[in-house]
Amino acid sequence: MDIANRSGSSPSTEAEIINVSRRHFIQGVGGLALGLYLGPVLAAAAKHGAASFEPNAFVRIAPDGTVTVIAKHVEVGQGTYTGLATLVAEELDADWSRVRVEGAPADASRYKNLFYGAQVTGGSTAMANSFEQMRKAGATARAMLVSAAARQWKVSPDSLTVSNGVVHHAASGRQAGFGQLAAAAARLPVPSEVKLKDPKDFILIGKLNVPRKDSTDKTDGRALFTQDVKLPGMLVAIVAHPPRFGATVKSVDASKAQEIPGVVAVVPYAGTAHTFGGVAVLAKNTWVAKKGRDALDVQWDDSQSFKLGSDEILAQYRQMASRPGQVARQAGDVDAAFAKPARLIEADYAFPYLAHAAMEPMNCLVRLEDGRCEIWNGEQAQTIDQFALAKQLGLAPEKISITQLYAGGSFGRRASTFSDYLSEAVAVAQAAAKQGVNAPIKLVWTREEDTRGGYYRPLFFHRARLSLDPAGKLVGWHQHLVGQSILTGTPLEQFGVKDGIDSVSVEGAGEPYDIPNRRIELSTPLASGVPVLWFRSVGHTHTAFATETLIDEAAVAAGKDPVEFRRPLLAKHPRHWGVLQLAAEKAGWGTKLAPGAAGERRGRGIAVHESFNSYVAQVAEVTVKPDGSFKVDRVVCAVDCGLAINPDVIKAQMEGGIGFGLAAALHGAITLKDGVVEQSNFHDYQVLRINEMPAVEVHIVPSAEKPTGVGEPGVPPIAPAVANAVFAATGHRIRTLPFGEQLKS
Amino acid sequence: MVKFTINGKAHSFDGDLAMPLLWYLRDELAMTGTKYGCGMALCGACTVHLDGQSVRSCVTPVSAADGKKITTIEGVDAERIGRAVQAAWRKLQVVQCGYCQSGQIMTATALLAANKNPSDADIDAAMSGNICRCATYVRIRAAIHEAARSLA
Repeated sequence: MDIANRSGSSPSTEAEIINVSRRHFIQGVGGLALGLYLGPVLAAAAKHGAASFEPNAFVRIAPDGTVTVIAKHVEVGQGTYTGLATLVAEELDADWSRVRVEGAPADASRYKNLFYGAQVTGGSTAMANSFEQMRKAGATARAMLVSAAARQWKVSPDSLTVSNGVVHHAASGRQAGFGQLAAAAARLPVPSEVKLKDPKDFILIGKLNVPRKDSTDKTDGRALFTQDVKLPGMLVAIVAHPPRFGATVKSVDASKAQEIPGVVAVVPYAGTAHTFGGVAVLAKNTWVAKKGRDALDVQWDDSQSFKLGSDEILAQYRQMASRPGQVARQAGDVDAAFAKPARLIEADYAFPYLAHAAMEPMNCLVRLEDGRCEIWNGEQAQTIDQFALAKQLGLAPEKISITQLYAGGSFGRRASTFSDYLSEAVAVAQAAAKQGVNAPIKLVWTREEDTRGGYYRPLFFHRARLSLDPAGKLVGWHQHLVGQSILTGTPLEQFGVKDGIDSVSVEGAGEPYDIPNRRIELSTPLASGVPVLWFRSVGHTHTAFATETLIDEAAVAAGKDPVEFRRPLLAKHPRHWGVLQLAAEKAGWGTKLAPGAAGERRGRGIAVHESFNSYVAQVAEVTVKPDGSFKVDRVVCAVDCGLAINPDVIKAQMEGGIGFGLAAALHGAITLKDGVVEQSNFHDYQVLRINEMPAVEVHIVPSAEKPTGVGEPGVPPIAPAVANAVFAATGHRIRTLPFGEQLKS
Repeated sequence: MVKFTINGKAHSFDGDLAMPLLWYLRDELAMTGTKYGCGMALCGACTVHLDGQSVRSCVTPVSAADGKKITTIEGVDAERIGRAVQAAWRKLQVVQCGYCQSGQIMTATALLAANKNPSDADIDAAMSGNICRCATYVRIRAAIHEAARSLA
């Protein structure tokens, strides 16, 4: 399984923009196609009518004028479909209301993420890697439509203009819609060079009146998620998982399950080191399958299972933190800086495992037929999944097709490094086939399997100490992080692990402050039995918390305002300083907060953090009640993500990121006892509800820099901003997450 | 045998009457706008109306619908309030992943039927049973106010 070899080049060269002109194209109407890899495109063109115009893998224009943008990135809610379509439509001068979006099939040769060389949605890169590629796709199509009109009207292409999906010739008053020109355009050669618009001429990019493409279907129930797809003859699989990671099926008494009318089969299936084995009950109806599953009597073999609890894991991590770790980053002379500190700050931080808890529990529809494997799934990592399932099935990767669907949230969970739930769906289908049940099978995890399914944000422990000189200057920063590696042992290890240091374990720690003596250490426990995975903003979920609360502590120790204290430390980081200042100004930082009711204490806190090349600062205002309960009343957020492609989507991502981060900060914890996950559903794994959502105000820094991501960067600053606000209100430092009831003691 | 209407259309069912309405709608009728999220009435993704009242279809047996009018997201636009809520959702660009939004819209519609001009506190109280992991809550609040204004 070697993604780097498959893509054939390094990430840096992959970042170069594909020259659309080098792509093959469909010459002529319908049938004359060049290029082997265009097979699926050709099929799509045939399906969509012979006169469809498909100048490249990303745009199709139908005779009725409908422009279909083929989205190489999944829509998990963060507006990628809309963003990709905006880029194409901008350069195409399309009528936005006539643009629709379709998920791309799994095919890295056409649909790879240019930053990763594989078809992956993640790292908040969807817009950043596509910015020029999608614009060129649109510009190419536009040039060909203009050419077609120019030939038809025997005028110079330069004399034509395009707006809202119509090509105009001002001198003669002639005009034609894209649909009328599509067939003629399809017969023309693809231009080798296309000119992109000057940003000052943008009519969609950066504008507020560009509604999401999924808004209508997601408000009338029509949007199709994996959960909603039904194939003829399809069976739903509800599964019994072992209570502990690493346990296997010892025996199963299925007699009661098989008595339930509608149960088609009971299928024990094997797992792997990375996926659950268990027992599946198959039925046409989900309810029947669940009743069957609940009636199973399964004995588990626990001999190889993981049996530690969170408390024991944390105790081990504490011990590891007291011994030297691997040095991830180092500057100056840290030992000297701590020889005689004028002021010393020492702090231990604990972060629990976190479940993504997307609203749509994990699921996957698979059909094994004729040496092929067809997958229907909303997912982030097609190339990884194609390779994993191909290996599992003994097929070539291109025999694995994936139909991309909307995902009901993901937050990283549907970018499974080991393709866990997809692989499980295939294992169930394989085991069913051995029983003679050859049907498309949709694996559906109930909320309980989803909560207990592992692939969590890893549990982390940090031990930190800061040294200030007599003038209150921060001169020493020593932070030791302990936690499982997300990438080690996965197909992606080579991209992120160097000399045993997983870059995502330490990303953001102590950054970007200019401190003369600094050491970031990492200890990575051997893989425990608890599978871990990226979780919206990944390492930043914990590193930003420690860093930004430590800076706040240092400011307080130095007797300085937290914003002013950061100023010299951010002298070389104008974009951090820019958002920090903007958030502070808009929040009225430095003014007095309106007092709360009698007995209430109020406070304001600030944090700034860069992740995925975007910069976000947030100011949180909290009210702490006499009983220690508290509410985050308001958050003011400033974001610098380069050129804002869709300002309203950016705002939505900041709002959502704040709510997602708050859920983890206030409530989020997966805990284990004797290896068993103690949570199961939303009553004991609590997330944020509307009554806890603060008012949010978002300010976008105007910028001409290249666009960067917004899916994740809104998350990291909120927890430390709130912790700093709580400190301002109460003098109490929270260093163990979640906050929970800590203020009540 | 139970009989009821769904979005104005008569239906009868003589299968397993203990089956939650959710799975009857989704798996027997292929009406997939109503979503499964938790199965324990904790998240609200499965919200439908039974004689105008919000219920969690994941814990409501089909038998409980006997003789009643069921409204789902697929039929909520038949009435003025439902249409106004959907329009407000679109105008304010509420949705992100969208999986919970059928339930959010059903609960919001029932709220506005009972309370023409809800305050933020009213909204928080009525909507706190509906989880949105994308945390579109800021816009949900705003969209309910917007719908209330448009209906006034």
